[in-house]
Amino acid sequence: MRFTRFKAAAAVMALAGSLAACGSDDDGGSDPEVVEDAEFEAGTTMAELSEQGSMTVGTKFDQPGFGLQGLDDAPEGFDVEVAKIIAGAMGISEDNITWEETPSDIREQVIEDGTVDMVVATYTINEERAQRITFAGPYYNAGQMLMVLSDNDAINGPDDLAANPDAKVCSVTGSTPSEQIKEYLASDDQLVLFDVYDKCADALSNGQVDVVTTDNVILAGFVSESDGEFKLVGEQFTEEPYGIGIEKGDVAFCEFINQTLQDNQDAYVEAWESTAGQVEGAETPELPEPAPCS
Amino acid sequence: MEAVTENLDLYWSGFLRSLGICLWAMVGSLVLGALIAAFRVSPVASLRAFGTAWVNVLRNCPLTVVLFFMAFGLPEIGINQSFYFFGVAGLVLYTSAFVCEAIRAGINSVPAGQAEAARAIGLTFTQNLGSVIMPQALRTSVPPVGSVIIAMFKNSAVVGAFGVGRDLYSVGRDLTSAQGYSYIPVLLGVAVGYLIITLSAGALLGVLERKVAIVR
Repeated sequence: MRFTRFKAAAAVMALAGSLAACGSDDDGGSDPEVVEDAEFEAGTTMAELSEQGSMTVGTKFDQPGFGLQGLDDAPEGFDVEVAKIIAGAMGISEDNITWEETPSDIREQVIEDGTVDMVVATYTINEERAQRITFAGPYYNAGQMLMVLSDNDAINGPDDLAANPDAKVCSVTGSTPSEQIKEYLASDDQLVLFDVYDKCADALSNGQVDVVTTDNVILAGFVSESDGEFKLVGEQFTEEPYGIGIEKGDVAFCEFINQTLQDNQDAYVEAWESTAGQVEGAETPELPEPAPCS
Repeated sequence: MEAVTENLDLYWSGFLRSLGICLWAMVGSLVLGALIAAFRVSPVASLRAFGTAWVNVLRNCPLTVVLFFMAFGLPEIGINQSFYFFGVAGLVLYTSAFVCEAIRAGINSVPAGQAEAARAIGLTFTQNLGSVIMPQALRTSVPPVGSVIIAMFKNSAVVGAFGVGRDLYSVGRDLTSAQGYSYIPVLLGVAVGYLIITLSAGALLGVLERKVAIVR
Protein backbone atom coordinates (compact mmCIF):
# COMPACT_ATOMS: atom_id res chain seq x y z
CA MET A 1 0.00 0.00 0.00
CA ARG A 2 2.70 2.39 1.01
CA PHE A 3 4.68 1.53 -2.10
CA THR A 4 1.83 2.21 -4.51
CA ARG A 5 1.14 5.51 -2.81
CA PHE A 6 4.77 6.44 -3.26
CA LYS A 7 4.58 5.54 -6.93
CA ALA A 8 1.45 7.63 -7.36
CA ALA A 9 3.14 10.61 -5.74
CA ALA A 10 6.16 10.17 -8.00
CA ALA A 11 3.92 10.04 -11.05
CA VAL A 12 2.12 13.21 -10.03
CA MET A 13 5.42 14.99 -9.50
CA ALA A 14 6.76 13.86 -12.85
CA LEU A 15 3.56 15.11 -14.50
CA ALA A 16 3.81 18.46 -12.75
CA GLY A 17 7.41 18.72 -13.88
CA SER A 18 6.57 18.09 -17.51
CA LEU A 19 3.69 20.59 -17.39
CA ALA A 20 6.00 23.23 -15.97
CA ALA A 21 8.46 22.53 -18.75
CA CYS A 22 5.73 23.13 -21.36
CA GLY A 23 4.99 26.64 -20.20
CA SER A 24 8.42 28.10 -20.81
CA ASP A 25 8.83 28.09 -24.55
CA ASP A 26 9.08 31.84 -24.95
CA ASP A 27 11.60 33.44 -22.64
CA GLY A 28 11.16 36.98 -23.89
CA GLY A 29 14.80 37.33 -24.95
CA SER A 30 16.02 37.98 -28.47
CA ASP A 31 16.50 35.10 -30.88
CA PRO A 32 20.08 35.32 -32.12
CA GLU A 33 20.89 33.76 -35.44
CA VAL A 34 22.22 30.22 -35.41
CA VAL A 35 24.68 29.61 -38.22
CA GLU A 36 23.84 26.25 -39.82
CA ASP A 37 27.12 25.25 -41.45
CA ALA A 38 29.82 26.83 -39.33
CA GLU A 39 33.32 25.80 -40.45
CA PHE A 40 36.45 26.32 -38.38
CA GLU A 41 40.10 25.47 -38.61
CA ALA A 42 40.73 22.09 -37.06
CA GLY A 43 42.05 22.08 -33.53
CA THR A 44 40.51 25.37 -32.44
CA THR A 45 38.05 25.68 -29.58
CA MET A 46 35.40 26.81 -32.06
CA ALA A 47 35.84 23.68 -34.21
CA GLU A 48 35.63 21.49 -31.13
CA LEU A 49 32.48 23.14 -29.76
CA SER A 50 30.85 23.36 -33.16
CA GLU A 51 31.51 19.68 -33.78
CA GLN A 52 30.16 18.81 -30.35
CA GLY A 53 27.05 20.96 -30.99
CA SER A 54 26.76 22.12 -27.40
CA MET A 55 28.60 24.22 -24.87
CA THR A 56 28.58 25.22 -21.21
CA VAL A 57 28.42 28.88 -20.27
CA GLY A 58 28.93 30.40 -16.84
CA THR A 59 26.77 33.36 -15.89
CA LYS A 60 25.24 34.93 -12.82
CA PHE A 61 21.83 33.76 -11.66
CA ASP A 62 21.08 36.70 -9.39
CA GLN A 63 21.78 39.80 -11.44
CA PRO A 64 18.58 41.49 -12.73
CA GLY A 65 19.00 42.57 -16.34
CA PHE A 66 22.23 40.62 -16.88
CA GLY A 67 21.78 37.09 -15.67
CA LEU A 68 18.77 36.22 -13.55
CA GLN A 69 17.29 32.78 -13.16
CA GLY A 70 13.58 32.90 -12.60
CA LEU A 71 11.18 30.00 -12.29
CA ASP A 72 12.10 28.81 -15.77
CA ASP A 73 15.20 26.71 -16.10
CA ALA A 74 17.29 29.07 -18.20
CA PRO A 75 18.61 32.39 -16.88
CA GLU A 76 17.68 35.61 -18.64
CA GLY A 77 19.52 38.85 -19.21
CA PHE A 78 22.02 40.74 -21.33
CA ASP A 79 24.94 38.43 -20.51
CA VAL A 80 22.80 35.46 -21.43
CA GLU A 81 21.86 37.02 -24.78
CA VAL A 82 25.49 37.88 -25.57
CA ALA A 83 26.45 34.27 -24.87
CA LYS A 84 23.68 33.11 -27.22
CA ILE A 85 25.03 35.35 -30.02
CA ILE A 86 28.48 33.79 -29.68
CA ALA A 87 27.11 30.25 -29.43
CA GLY A 88 24.91 30.90 -32.45
CA ALA A 89 27.93 31.84 -34.55
CA MET A 90 29.33 28.38 -33.85
CA GLY A 91 26.07 26.75 -34.87
CA ILE A 92 24.97 26.03 -31.32
CA SER A 93 21.33 26.84 -30.62
CA GLU A 94 20.25 28.08 -27.20
CA ASP A 95 18.67 24.70 -26.38
CA ASN A 96 22.15 23.21 -26.49
CA ILE A 97 23.71 25.65 -24.05
CA THR A 98 24.10 24.43 -20.49
CA TRP A 99 24.02 27.30 -18.02
CA GLU A 100 26.24 27.10 -15.00
CA GLU A 101 25.89 29.51 -12.11
CA THR A 102 29.18 31.37 -11.59
CA PRO A 103 29.13 33.86 -8.72
CA SER A 104 32.01 36.33 -8.63
CA ASP A 105 34.41 34.28 -6.56
CA ILE A 106 34.51 31.10 -8.62
CA ARG A 107 34.74 32.52 -12.13
CA GLU A 108 38.47 32.04 -12.72
CA GLN A 109 38.32 28.62 -11.11
CA VAL A 110 35.63 27.17 -13.37
CA ILE A 111 37.46 28.44 -16.46
CA GLU A 112 40.75 26.91 -15.33
CA ASP A 113 39.06 23.63 -14.43
CA GLY A 114 37.30 23.50 -17.78
CA THR A 115 33.89 23.22 -16.12
CA VAL A 116 32.64 25.92 -18.49
CA ASP A 117 33.70 26.92 -22.00
CA MET A 118 33.27 30.61 -21.31
CA VAL A 119 32.04 32.97 -18.61
CA VAL A 120 29.75 35.91 -19.36
CA ALA A 121 28.92 37.21 -15.89
CA THR A 122 29.26 41.00 -15.39
CA TYR A 123 32.94 40.14 -15.41
CA THR A 124 35.11 43.25 -15.04
CA ILE A 125 38.39 43.00 -16.92
CA ASN A 126 41.34 43.61 -14.61
CA GLU A 127 44.99 42.68 -14.47
CA GLU A 128 44.87 40.20 -11.60
CA ARG A 129 42.15 38.19 -13.27
CA ALA A 130 43.86 38.42 -16.67
CA GLN A 131 46.83 36.56 -15.20
CA ARG A 132 44.71 33.45 -14.84
CA ILE A 133 42.34 33.66 -17.78
CA THR A 134 41.97 35.43 -21.13
CA PHE A 135 39.34 38.13 -21.61
CA ALA A 136 37.54 38.64 -24.90
CA GLY A 137 35.71 41.92 -25.34
CA PRO A 138 34.91 44.22 -23.63
CA TYR A 139 31.29 44.01 -24.72
CA TYR A 140 30.01 46.65 -22.31
CA ASN A 141 31.45 49.50 -20.26
CA ALA A 142 29.85 49.83 -16.85
CA GLY A 143 30.93 52.25 -14.14
CA GLN A 144 30.62 52.40 -10.40
CA MET A 145 28.00 54.74 -8.88
CA LEU A 146 26.27 55.40 -5.57
CA MET A 147 22.65 54.69 -4.66
CA VAL A 148 20.95 56.41 -1.71
CA LEU A 149 17.44 56.91 -0.36
CA SER A 150 15.51 59.48 -2.38
CA ASP A 151 15.30 61.91 0.55
CA ASN A 152 19.06 61.85 1.22
CA ASP A 153 20.57 65.25 0.36
CA ALA A 154 23.83 64.86 2.29
CA ILE A 155 25.56 62.53 -0.15
CA ASN A 156 25.87 63.65 -3.73
CA GLY A 157 28.94 61.73 -4.83
CA PRO A 158 31.86 59.64 -3.59
CA ASP A 159 33.69 62.73 -2.31
CA ASP A 160 30.95 63.32 0.29
CA LEU A 161 31.59 59.98 1.97
CA ALA A 162 34.69 60.93 3.94
CA ALA A 163 32.93 64.09 5.10
CA ASN A 164 30.12 61.95 6.58
CA PRO A 165 32.03 59.36 8.60
CA ASP A 166 28.80 58.05 10.14
CA ALA A 167 27.38 57.15 6.76
CA LYS A 168 27.57 53.40 6.12
CA VAL A 169 28.40 52.21 2.62
CA CYS A 170 27.23 48.79 1.50
CA SER A 171 28.73 46.50 -1.10
CA VAL A 172 29.53 42.85 -1.70
CA THR A 173 32.51 40.94 -0.33
CA GLY A 174 35.14 40.36 -2.97
CA SER A 175 33.64 42.66 -5.60
CA THR A 176 35.72 45.24 -7.46
CA PRO A 177 33.46 48.11 -6.29
CA SER A 178 34.06 47.17 -2.65
CA GLU A 179 37.81 47.56 -3.24
CA GLN A 180 37.56 50.77 -5.22
CA ILE A 181 35.29 52.58 -2.79
CA LYS A 182 37.85 52.24 0.01
CA GLU A 183 39.90 55.25 -1.06
CA TYR A 184 36.84 57.48 -0.62
CA LEU A 185 36.08 56.35 2.92
CA ALA A 186 37.16 57.90 6.21
CA SER A 187 37.71 54.44 7.75
CA ASP A 188 37.15 50.77 7.01
CA ASP A 189 34.31 50.71 9.53
CA GLN A 190 32.22 52.69 7.07
CA LEU A 191 32.08 49.71 4.76
CA VAL A 192 29.37 47.09 5.31
CA LEU A 193 29.77 43.92 3.26
CA PHE A 194 27.21 41.29 2.35
CA ASP A 195 27.34 38.32 0.03
CA VAL A 196 24.68 39.58 -2.41
CA TYR A 197 23.38 43.01 -3.42
CA ASP A 198 19.78 42.19 -2.48
CA LYS A 199 20.78 42.43 1.16
CA CYS A 200 22.38 45.83 0.58
CA ALA A 201 19.14 47.08 -0.94
CA ASP A 202 17.17 45.77 2.04
CA ALA A 203 19.61 47.35 4.47
CA LEU A 204 19.35 50.67 2.61
CA SER A 205 15.58 50.45 2.69
CA ASN A 206 15.39 49.98 6.46
CA GLY A 207 18.05 52.56 7.24
CA GLN A 208 20.86 50.26 8.35
CA VAL A 209 23.16 51.63 5.64
CA ASP A 210 23.10 54.99 3.86
CA VAL A 211 24.73 54.20 0.53
CA VAL A 212 24.92 51.18 -1.76
CA THR A 213 27.71 51.15 -4.29
CA THR A 214 28.39 48.95 -7.29
CA ASP A 215 28.18 49.13 -11.08
CA ASN A 216 25.58 51.56 -12.42
CA VAL A 217 23.64 48.90 -14.32
CA ILE A 218 23.07 46.79 -11.22
CA LEU A 219 21.97 49.82 -9.22
CA ALA A 220 19.66 50.95 -12.01
CA GLY A 221 17.82 47.65 -11.67
CA PHE A 222 17.23 48.30 -7.97
CA VAL A 223 16.18 51.92 -8.55
CA SER A 224 13.58 50.92 -11.12
CA GLU A 225 12.18 48.23 -8.81
CA SER A 226 12.03 50.54 -5.78
CA ASP A 227 9.06 52.75 -6.76
CA GLY A 228 11.00 55.94 -6.17
CA GLU A 229 12.45 54.91 -2.82
CA PHE A 230 16.07 54.90 -4.10
CA LYS A 231 17.99 57.22 -6.40
CA LEU A 232 21.39 57.29 -8.05
CA VAL A 233 23.69 60.20 -7.20
CA GLY A 234 26.83 61.63 -8.77
CA GLU A 235 28.70 60.51 -11.82
CA GLN A 236 30.24 57.17 -12.71
CA PHE A 237 33.60 57.34 -10.97
CA THR A 238 35.22 54.18 -12.31
CA GLU A 239 35.44 52.29 -15.60
CA GLU A 240 34.29 48.69 -15.44
CA PRO A 241 34.74 47.07 -18.83
CA TYR A 242 32.86 43.76 -18.90
CA GLY A 243 34.69 40.97 -20.70
CA ILE A 244 34.07 37.36 -21.59
CA GLY A 245 36.31 34.97 -19.72
CA ILE A 246 37.86 32.04 -21.59
CA GLU A 247 40.76 29.69 -21.05
CA LYS A 248 44.11 31.43 -20.64
CA GLY A 249 45.95 31.83 -23.92
CA ASP A 250 43.14 30.80 -26.28
CA VAL A 251 43.77 33.72 -28.66
CA ALA A 252 41.90 32.20 -31.60
CA PHE A 253 38.70 31.83 -29.55
CA CYS A 254 39.12 35.34 -28.16
CA GLU A 255 39.50 36.85 -31.63
CA PHE A 256 36.55 34.83 -32.85
CA ILE A 257 34.37 36.21 -30.04
CA ASN A 258 35.43 39.79 -30.76
CA GLN A 259 34.78 39.34 -34.48
CA THR A 260 31.39 37.74 -33.83
CA LEU A 261 30.30 40.68 -31.69
CA GLN A 262 31.50 43.15 -34.34
CA ASP A 263 29.57 41.25 -37.02
CA ASN A 264 26.36 41.07 -34.99
CA GLN A 265 25.86 44.62 -33.80
CA ASP A 266 22.14 44.51 -34.56
CA ALA A 267 21.72 41.41 -32.46
CA TYR A 268 23.80 43.10 -29.76
CA VAL A 269 21.47 46.12 -29.66
CA GLU A 270 18.44 43.87 -29.68
CA ALA A 271 19.94 41.81 -26.85
CA TRP A 272 20.37 44.98 -24.79
CA GLU A 273 16.92 46.33 -25.50
CA SER A 274 15.15 43.09 -24.62
CA THR A 275 16.94 42.80 -21.25
CA ALA A 276 18.92 45.43 -19.34
CA GLY A 277 17.64 48.15 -21.69
CA GLN A 278 14.13 47.76 -20.29
CA VAL A 279 15.14 49.54 -17.11
CA GLU A 280 13.89 53.11 -17.13
CA GLY A 281 16.50 55.59 -18.31
CA ALA A 282 18.96 52.98 -19.56
CA GLU A 283 20.85 54.13 -22.65
CA THR A 284 21.55 51.62 -25.37
CA PRO A 285 25.33 51.24 -25.44
CA GLU A 286 27.55 51.09 -28.48
CA LEU A 287 29.70 48.01 -28.73
CA PRO A 288 33.10 49.08 -27.33
CA GLU A 289 36.28 48.60 -29.36
CA PRO A 290 37.68 45.16 -28.52
CA ALA A 291 40.95 45.01 -26.61
CA PRO A 292 43.80 43.02 -28.17
CA CYS A 293 43.67 39.31 -27.33
CA SER A 294 46.50 37.78 -25.37
CA MET B 1 51.05 29.09 -1.59
CA GLU B 2 52.06 32.73 -2.21
CA ALA B 3 48.35 33.58 -1.99
CA VAL B 4 48.72 33.15 1.76
CA THR B 5 52.25 34.40 2.30
CA GLU B 6 51.66 37.61 0.34
CA ASN B 7 48.53 38.40 2.33
CA LEU B 8 49.48 37.44 5.86
CA ASP B 9 48.44 40.85 7.18
CA LEU B 10 44.94 40.40 5.72
CA TYR B 11 44.70 36.90 7.15
CA TRP B 12 45.86 38.15 10.53
CA SER B 13 43.26 40.92 10.69
CA GLY B 14 40.59 38.45 9.53
CA PHE B 15 41.73 35.98 12.17
CA LEU B 16 41.50 38.60 14.94
CA ARG B 17 38.06 39.66 13.79
CA SER B 18 36.81 36.08 13.71
CA LEU B 19 38.37 35.39 17.08
CA GLY B 20 36.58 38.43 18.52
CA ILE B 21 33.25 37.26 17.13
CA CYS B 22 33.86 33.76 18.52
CA LEU B 23 34.79 34.94 22.01
CA TRP B 24 31.86 37.32 22.39
CA ALA B 25 29.48 34.68 21.09
CA MET B 26 30.97 32.03 23.37
CA VAL B 27 30.56 34.12 26.52
CA GLY B 28 27.04 35.15 25.51
CA SER B 29 25.82 31.70 24.58
CA LEU B 30 27.24 30.04 27.72
CA VAL B 31 25.55 32.55 30.03
CA LEU B 32 22.29 32.54 28.12
CA GLY B 33 22.32 28.76 27.65
CA ALA B 34 22.83 28.16 31.39
CA LEU B 35 19.97 30.54 32.17
CA ILE B 36 17.59 28.83 29.76
CA ALA B 37 18.62 25.44 31.15
CA ALA B 38 17.70 26.70 34.62
CA PHE B 39 14.33 27.78 33.19
CA ARG B 40 13.75 24.35 31.73
CA VAL B 41 14.19 22.54 35.06
CA SER B 42 12.59 25.20 37.26
CA PRO B 43 9.47 24.46 39.30
CA VAL B 44 7.64 27.42 37.69
CA ALA B 45 5.53 26.13 34.81
CA SER B 46 5.60 29.32 32.77
CA LEU B 47 9.40 29.48 32.88
CA ARG B 48 9.59 25.85 31.82
CA ALA B 49 7.27 26.56 28.91
CA PHE B 50 9.34 29.58 27.93
CA GLY B 51 12.56 27.54 28.02
CA THR B 52 11.04 24.74 25.96
CA ALA B 53 9.70 27.17 23.37
CA TRP B 54 13.05 28.94 23.18
CA VAL B 55 14.94 25.73 22.52
CA ASN B 56 12.43 24.40 20.02
CA VAL B 57 12.27 27.58 18.00
CA LEU B 58 15.98 28.36 17.87
CA ARG B 59 17.25 24.82 17.60
CA ASN B 60 14.98 24.10 14.66
CA CYS B 61 15.62 27.29 12.71
CA PRO B 62 18.51 27.32 10.27
CA LEU B 63 21.23 29.69 11.47
CA THR B 64 20.90 31.82 8.34
CA VAL B 65 17.21 32.37 9.08
CA VAL B 66 18.01 33.49 12.63
CA LEU B 67 20.66 35.86 11.26
CA PHE B 68 18.24 37.18 8.66
CA PHE B 69 15.70 38.01 11.35
CA MET B 70 18.38 39.75 13.38
CA ALA B 71 19.94 41.77 10.54
CA PHE B 72 16.81 42.64 8.58
CA GLY B 73 13.86 41.89 10.86
CA LEU B 74 14.84 43.92 13.93
CA PRO B 75 15.53 47.15 11.96
CA GLU B 76 12.01 46.81 10.52
CA ILE B 77 10.59 47.17 14.01
CA GLY B 78 12.88 50.04 14.85
CA ILE B 79 15.77 48.31 16.63
CA ASN B 80 18.95 49.65 15.06
CA GLN B 81 22.34 48.28 15.99
CA SER B 82 25.53 47.59 14.11
CA PHE B 83 25.59 44.48 11.95
CA TYR B 84 28.43 43.24 14.14
CA PHE B 85 26.08 43.32 17.13
CA PHE B 86 23.28 41.64 15.17
CA GLY B 87 25.65 38.95 13.90
CA VAL B 88 27.05 38.11 17.32
CA ALA B 89 23.59 38.26 18.91
CA GLY B 90 22.22 35.89 16.28
CA LEU B 91 25.01 33.42 16.98
CA VAL B 92 24.40 33.73 20.73
CA LEU B 93 20.66 33.08 20.43
CA TYR B 94 21.13 30.13 18.10
CA THR B 95 23.92 28.51 20.11
CA SER B 96 22.22 29.10 23.46
CA ALA B 97 19.55 26.54 22.54
CA PHE B 98 22.19 23.85 22.05
CA VAL B 99 24.16 24.87 25.13
CA CYS B 100 20.95 24.73 27.14
CA GLU B 101 20.24 21.17 26.05
CA ALA B 102 23.80 20.03 26.75
CA ILE B 103 23.62 21.51 30.26
CA ARG B 104 20.18 19.99 30.83
CA ALA B 105 21.61 16.60 29.91
CA GLY B 106 24.19 17.20 32.65
CA ILE B 107 21.48 18.15 35.12
CA ASN B 108 19.52 15.00 34.31
CA SER B 109 22.63 12.95 34.95
CA VAL B 110 22.67 14.04 38.60
CA PRO B 111 20.76 11.36 40.55
CA ALA B 112 17.33 12.54 41.72
CA GLY B 113 18.30 11.60 45.29
CA GLN B 114 20.76 14.53 45.34
CA ALA B 115 18.02 17.07 44.65
CA GLU B 116 15.66 15.35 47.06
CA ALA B 117 18.27 15.33 49.82
CA ALA B 118 19.01 19.00 49.21
CA ARG B 119 15.29 19.79 49.44
CA ALA B 120 14.99 17.70 52.56
CA ILE B 121 17.58 19.79 54.39
CA GLY B 122 15.64 22.92 53.45
CA LEU B 123 17.54 24.41 50.51
CA THR B 124 15.49 26.60 48.17
CA PHE B 125 15.33 25.84 44.45
CA THR B 126 18.01 28.42 43.68
CA GLN B 127 20.34 27.14 46.40
CA ASN B 128 19.65 23.58 45.37
CA LEU B 129 20.49 24.31 41.73
CA GLY B 130 23.44 26.58 42.47
CA SER B 131 25.19 24.60 45.21
CA VAL B 132 24.22 20.98 44.65
CA ILE B 133 23.06 20.24 41.14
CA MET B 134 24.93 22.62 38.84
CA PRO B 135 28.42 21.93 40.21
CA GLN B 136 27.91 18.26 39.41
CA ALA B 137 25.94 18.82 36.23
CA LEU B 138 28.44 21.23 34.67
CA ARG B 139 31.24 18.69 35.03
CA THR B 140 29.27 16.17 33.01
CA SER B 141 28.35 18.90 30.53
CA VAL B 142 31.89 19.94 29.68
CA PRO B 143 32.39 17.61 26.67
CA PRO B 144 28.99 18.21 25.00
CA VAL B 145 29.03 21.96 25.66
CA GLY B 146 32.56 22.04 24.28
CA SER B 147 31.40 20.38 21.07
CA VAL B 148 28.59 22.89 20.75
CA ILE B 149 30.99 25.79 21.22
CA ILE B 150 33.43 24.42 18.66
CA ALA B 151 30.57 24.02 16.19
CA MET B 152 29.66 27.63 16.93
CA PHE B 153 33.21 28.77 16.10
CA LYS B 154 32.80 27.29 12.67
CA ASN B 155 29.29 28.73 12.31
CA SER B 156 30.83 32.15 12.88
CA ALA B 157 31.93 32.06 9.22
CA VAL B 158 28.27 32.54 8.29
CA VAL B 159 27.89 35.93 9.97
CA GLY B 160 30.37 37.36 7.43
CA ALA B 161 27.54 37.21 4.92
CA PHE B 162 25.34 39.39 7.11
CA GLY B 163 27.18 42.66 7.00
CA VAL B 164 29.85 41.86 9.57
CA GLY B 165 32.54 41.42 6.97
CA ARG B 166 36.33 41.31 7.19
CA ASP B 167 36.22 38.04 9.13
CA LEU B 168 38.48 35.17 8.15
CA TYR B 169 36.12 33.65 5.62
CA SER B 170 35.34 37.02 4.02
CA VAL B 171 39.05 37.64 3.63
CA GLY B 172 39.22 34.39 1.71
CA ARG B 173 36.38 35.42 -0.57
CA ASP B 174 37.98 38.79 -1.08
CA LEU B 175 41.24 37.23 -2.19
CA THR B 176 39.67 34.74 -4.58
CA SER B 177 37.15 37.10 -6.07
CA ALA B 178 38.47 40.67 -6.24
CA GLN B 179 42.14 39.81 -6.35
CA GLY B 180 41.92 36.70 -8.47
CA TYR B 181 43.92 34.23 -6.38
CA SER B 182 43.04 30.61 -6.91
CA TYR B 183 40.66 28.96 -4.51
CA ILE B 184 42.50 26.03 -3.00
CA PRO B 185 45.52 27.78 -1.41
CA VAL B 186 43.37 30.68 -0.18
CA LEU B 187 40.84 28.38 1.44
CA LEU B 188 43.60 26.23 2.93
CA GLY B 189 44.83 29.40 4.61
CA VAL B 190 41.32 30.10 5.89
CA ALA B 191 41.01 26.53 7.14
CA VAL B 192 44.30 26.84 9.03
CA GLY B 193 42.99 30.01 10.69
CA TYR B 194 39.84 28.25 11.90
CA LEU B 195 41.84 25.21 12.97
CA ILE B 196 44.03 27.40 15.16
CA ILE B 197 40.90 28.61 16.93
CA THR B 198 39.12 25.25 17.19
CA LEU B 199 42.13 23.08 18.02
CA SER B 200 43.27 25.37 20.81
CA ALA B 201 39.69 25.45 22.10
CA GLY B 202 39.74 21.65 22.04
CA ALA B 203 43.01 21.56 23.96
CA LEU B 204 41.65 23.97 26.58
CA LEU B 205 38.58 21.79 26.94
CA GLY B 206 40.72 18.74 27.53
CA VAL B 207 42.54 20.54 30.34
CA LEU B 208 39.26 21.74 31.82
CA GLU B 209 37.76 18.27 31.66
CA ARG B 210 40.67 16.75 33.58
CA LYS B 211 40.59 19.58 36.14
CA VAL B 212 36.92 19.20 37.01
CA ALA B 213 36.68 15.43 36.71
CA ILE B 214 35.09 13.73 39.70
CA VAL B 215 34.94 10.14 40.70
CA ARG B 216 31.42 8.94 41.31
